Amino acid sequence: MELFLIFFSAVLVNNFVLSYFLGICPFIGVSNKLSSAFSMGMATTFVMTLTAIVTWLINNLILIPNNMAYLQYVAFILVIASLVQFVEMFIKKTSQPLYRALGIFLPLITTNCAILGLALFIDLKAYSFLQGIVFGVGGGIGFTLAISIMAGIREELDLADVPKPFRGAPITLIVAGILALAFMGFSGLISV
Amino acid sequence: MDLALIIAVSTMGGLGLFFAIFLAIADKKLKVEENPLIEKINEVLPGANCGACGCAGCYAFAVKVVNGGIKVNGCPVGGEEVAKKIAELLGVTAETSVKMVARVLCRGGNLEAAKKQAEYKGPTGCAVAHLMSGGNKACFYGCLGGGDCVTACPFDAMYMNDNGLPVVIEEKCTGCGNCVKACPRGIIELHPITQNTYVFCKSQDDPKTSRAVCKVACIACGICSRKSEGAIEIINNLAVIDYSKYNENIEAIIPFDKCPTKAIDRLFVKKVEEVAVE
Repeated sequence: MELFLIFFSAVLVNNFVLSYFLGICPFIGVSNKLSSAFSMGMATTFVMTLTAIVTWLINNLILIPNNMAYLQYVAFILVIASLVQFVEMFIKKTSQPLYRALGIFLPLITTNCAILGLALFIDLKAYSFLQGIVFGVGGGIGFTLAISIMAGIREELDLADVPKPFRGAPITLIVAGILALAFMGFSGLISV
Repeated sequence: MDLALIIAVSTMGGLGLFFAIFLAIADKKLKVEENPLIEKINEVLPGANCGACGCAGCYAFAVKVVNGGIKVNGCPVGGEEVAKKIAELLGVTAETSVKMVARVLCRGGNLEAAKKQAEYKGPTGCAVAHLMSGGNKACFYGCLGGGDCVTACPFDAMYMNDNGLPVVIEEKCTGCGNCVKACPRGIIELHPITQNTYVFCKSQDDPKTSRAVCKVACIACGICSRKSEGAIEIINNLAVIDYSKYNENIEAIIPFDKCPTKAIDRLFVKKVEEVAVE
């Protein structure tokens, strides 16, 4: 039951993008087309899950027993960078079109603050190994949800008669703001 | 103090080493074999991913060219220059190709074409207007003025003029044909840049209707076709030029001035001396 709550809290209530405002860069950058946005979300989910597993292990088996919690940031960034490299190789091998569609944003997952945020939150909230994984998957799904909704809206927005000064980035940011506002409605649903 | 430092350094070093080995193994296992020529050709290509060659993008074209699935001059955007470079890389000779440009074959702008009694209000794109009600203009064959072709152009080679008609900037046009596909009425066609005679109308309405709805429509009078030796024919109330039969001798005979609506016209008129030399 608790895992269930952690999952939905990460997806809806404490959505990484729309309530913590982490990972805004790909959220705006790759949300032009629904298909590539969804793929980006899936890649991020994959990296987040792996990150949750590996950082938890490193944090609890190496860093904390040796009183080296101060190395968290450096170690986590090292882990994330390596994992992203791995995912990049994996995607290049399995799906060339997806590799090209994601382009620069794939290496940019490295510096996606949502992922470093995830690793630090797991430590901050003192989650167990299983809880950490669920939190990672939930965070990834939440990110996918947010970026997919955004991409869906932006695809429709292309056909809309937007006033000239608002076209492009301004209307995108306004939409992101309204989306965040809508997601604020979930706060209080679950308190974890 | 020193011990903590050593532990910290060795931990980070160990982690780094571990991930380095992990990535090295992954790199070996997941390596994608790639012909180095593909990357080189990809760099030569324009990189607009317009799809005019029929491939999914410039990279797909490079792969196809290396495998022999497409000719070296298959990129209409890059033209001869790119074809030469690719041929050099592949070690074959390039065939020359004439540059193609997009021509807008409708001159019924806001000034010339009659408006409908009703006014169209809705999304401004051509494709939508065409499906919904046929747009604002009374002519069902003419330009809708929504600018779908301008939006489709990946090279900024088109713009809408004050009269509500698209204009092709020849210097920028690469002949990729995206605008041709975007136009729901088939007004835009690709032609060799040297071709200068066109019928600037696509209306297949009967002469009376054509005349009523547009000042510059082809009214199928047949004056242009009479002495053309079959190069111009009236098909479905419209003068159609058969470019395989059309040449400069015929161009000299056609009475462009006599066309009552100036629907058939030349984009540029060659000087008398030039024609004589040729």
